[in-house]
Amino acid sequence: MDFRYTDEQLALQDTLQRWISRDYDFERRRSLSRSERGYSPEAWAHFADLGLLALPFPEEFGGLGGNPVDLMVVMEQVGQGLLLEPYWSTVVLCGGLIRDSGPHPLQQRVLPEIAAGRMKLALAAHEEAGRYELCHVECTATRRGAGWTLSGAKTAVLDVPSADYVVVSARTAGGATDTDGISLFLVKRDAPGLTVSEYQTQFGGRAGDLRLESVVVDDAAVVGEVGKGFAVLQRAVDGAIAALCAESVGIVTALNQATLSYLKTRKQFGVPIGTFQALQHRMADMYIAAEQIRSMAIVAAVSADSEDVAERHRAIVGAKAYIGQAARFVGQQAVQLHGGMGIVEEHMVSHYFKRLTMIDLTLGDADYHLARYSDTLAA
Amino acid sequence: MNLNFTPEEESFRAEVRAFLAAELPADTREKLSTGRRLTRDDMLNWQKILHRRGWGAGMWPKRFGGQEWNVVQQHIFDEECATANAPPQIPFAVKMVAPVLMAFGDAAQQEYFLPRILSGEHWWCQGYSEPGSGSDLASLRTRAVRDGDDYLVTGQKTWNTLGQYADWIFCLVRTQTEGRPQEGISFLLIDMKTPGITVRPIITIEGEHEVNDIFFDHVRVPMRNRVGEENKGWTYAKFLLSHERTNTAGIGNCKRALARLKQVAATRLVSGRPLLADVRFRDRIARVELELRALEITNLRVLSAMSGEGRAPGPEVSALKIKGSEIVQELAELHMHALGPAALAYRADAANVPGEYFNLRKTTIYAGSTEIQKNIISKLVLGL
Repeated sequence: MDFRYTDEQLALQDTLQRWISRDYDFERRRSLSRSERGYSPEAWAHFADLGLLALPFPEEFGGLGGNPVDLMVVMEQVGQGLLLEPYWSTVVLCGGLIRDSGPHPLQQRVLPEIAAGRMKLALAAHEEAGRYELCHVECTATRRGAGWTLSGAKTAVLDVPSADYVVVSARTAGGATDTDGISLFLVKRDAPGLTVSEYQTQFGGRAGDLRLESVVVDDAAVVGEVGKGFAVLQRAVDGAIAALCAESVGIVTALNQATLSYLKTRKQFGVPIGTFQALQHRMADMYIAAEQIRSMAIVAAVSADSEDVAERHRAIVGAKAYIGQAARFVGQQAVQLHGGMGIVEEHMVSHYFKRLTMIDLTLGDADYHLARYSDTLAA
Repeated sequence: MNLNFTPEEESFRAEVRAFLAAELPADTREKLSTGRRLTRDDMLNWQKILHRRGWGAGMWPKRFGGQEWNVVQQHIFDEECATANAPPQIPFAVKMVAPVLMAFGDAAQQEYFLPRILSGEHWWCQGYSEPGSGSDLASLRTRAVRDGDDYLVTGQKTWNTLGQYADWIFCLVRTQTEGRPQEGISFLLIDMKTPGITVRPIITIEGEHEVNDIFFDHVRVPMRNRVGEENKGWTYAKFLLSHERTNTAGIGNCKRALARLKQVAATRLVSGRPLLADVRFRDRIARVELELRALEITNLRVLSAMSGEGRAPGPEVSALKIKGSEIVQELAELHMHALGPAALAYRADAANVPGEYFNLRKTTIYAGSTEIQKNIISKLVLGL
C-alpha cells in the first residue's frame, strides 16, 4: 500500500505547477478564453515538448507508456490551472479510445500525431434525445460502396472547434437505444456535409453541436469493429471520467486554499471572519470533503485500466457519483464563504465553481451515476 | 500509487482469518451477527483467547507482551475481527490506560497492571466526564485531597461505560484549584472495590444499561496509584485521547453493518419482491456505501502515512471520527427502516434494531463530539 506519487510523478507535478504560475496565471487564462481560438497553441506545443501529449500511449506509437495515475497527476494540474487546452478531449478521451480500440492501422495513423501535437480530436457521442445515455444513438451510418454515409445530429461536443478530427458514434444496426449496432467513425472536422455550430462553454472553453448530412467516410475511418463500438466507447469514457475526477481534486484543492486564505484575511466586525465558528465548521466540512474526493479519485485512477469490466465500471460510476455531489458542496460553499466576491467574474473562485459544475454535467452527473452504481447493488 | 496490501500483510490477514475461524466461540459470533449484547464473560473470555495466541494487545511493545504491530497490521486485525463477528476489544484497558502506564507509569504499576490487562483478569473503565464537564473536560471538579500517604477522592463521574463490570477505574481528579484548570489535574488508578464508591446505572435511550454515574465519597487511594507527577494529569489525559483515536473510523464495524444491511434488504420480501428492488431504498444504501468506500481509502491514506513516517495519529483523524460516526449511524437508521412497521415493537429480549439506531446517536457525541472535532480541524489542521 502506497499512496504517494513516484519521484517522476512529483517531478511532473512540479513542472506543471511552475509552468502554470509562470505562464498561465488567471489574467492570461481570462484573455485566452476571450480570444478567438479559446486556448493557447503555444501551450499546446509546450505540452508536446514536455511529453504530456504522448503520456498515455504505448511506446510503439510514439508514446511514453504512462498509466492512469500519471494522467491523474496531469489532470489535477489541469484543474488547478483551469487550463483551456483540449488535453482531456484529445489525449485522454479520444486518444484513449483509439489506443484501446484494438489492433488497428488507425492507432499508427493517429496516436503519433496526437503525441507530436499535430492532431487534436473531439468526441461526438451525445444526442439531444439521449441526455447522458451513450447508447442512445439515432445518428446513422449506412454502407455505401467501400465506405459509409453518416447522417444525424450530435450535441455538446466539447473542444470540437479546435479539433482536426471528430470521433462520431453512429448506428449501423439495431434500435435507437441498443448497445449493439453502434459503430465509431473518425471523421475529418471539415468533411463535406459536417456542420458545426460553435459556442462557448460555461467556464470559457469551446464546444459545438454537429449536423451530419450524408458525410462520406471510407472503411479506414471505422474505429474498432463495426457494430461493437459501445464497449470501446464505454471503456474510453471510464478512463475519461477517472481523469475528470482527478481534475476535480485539483479544483477543490485550489478552492479550499483560496477560501481558507480568504477566511484568514477578510475582516468584518474588526476580526478575520475565520474566527467565526459557523464559518470554521463549514471550512472543516470542505476539508473533509476534499480528502474524501481525493480518495475516490484515487480509486477511479487505479481502476481505470482494469480489465475486469464490472469492477472498473463500479469504481468509476461510484467515484463520479460521489465526487459530483461532494465537489458541488465544496464549490457552492467556497462561493458562499467568499461572500459577494464569490460571484464576481473577476475572481478565480467563480471560475473554479463553474468548472466543477461543468464536470458534474459531463458524461453523467451525480444522480445519473448514483443510479448506475445503485443498480450494481441489485445485480 | 498502490492500493494493495503487501504479500506480508496479506499473509498476516490470512493468519488472523484462520485464527478467528478456529478460535472465535460460536455463541459469541452468533450474538454479534444478530446484534445482541455480549456479557462481561463473553468479552473477557475473548481477551483470554487472544492472549493465548499472543495477540492480547498486538500493538504493544514486545517487552510488555505485545507484537509491535504497526497501524496497518492493527487495521487488518480490527477489520478481520469485525468481518468475523468477533468482539471489539474493550478500549479502556488495552488501548487507553495501558499506553499511559507504559509512557508515564512506574515499574511497579507496569508490572502489576499490564499483565492483568493482557490476560483479561482486569476490566478497566474510564473516569473522565463529570456532570459539569463534558466537552470542557478540564473544568472537572472531583477532588483528591492528601491524607497521609493516601488521597481522599470525592466527587462524581458520569458517562462511565460498563463500569458495572469494572475492577479498576482510571480517573482524572483535581489536586489543585489555583492556576489554569489544566494545571491542577492528576491521574489516579482506583480499585472499584474501595469503600465509598457507588455505581448508579444510567439507562440510555434504547433502554439498556451501558453507562453509569459513579459517586466517590472520601474514597481512599494510595499515592502509589497515582500515575506520573501530581498536577500533570492533563498531559497524560491528552496522550490517552490521542491513542483512543486510532481505529477511530471504525471501518471494519461499518463494513459489517453494511453487509448486514444489504443482506436484510436482499432477503426481506415486500409483496414477493426483495426490498433491494426498491430504487429509493437502494439508492440510500448506495450513497452510504460510497461514503464508506471513500472513508476506507482516506483511513488507509492516514494509516499509510503514519506507518511510513512512524508517527502518532495527528489532528487529521478528527475527519475519520466525524465520517465514521455518521456512517455507522446512517447504517443503523437504514436497517431500522428496512424493517418497516416491525421496527415499532420494543424487543428487550432479542436483536433490538431500532434500539441500535437510538443507541448509536452516541457516536457523534462521545470521544469528542462532531462539533469538537470540527473545532480541532479548524484550529490544528486549517490554522483558523
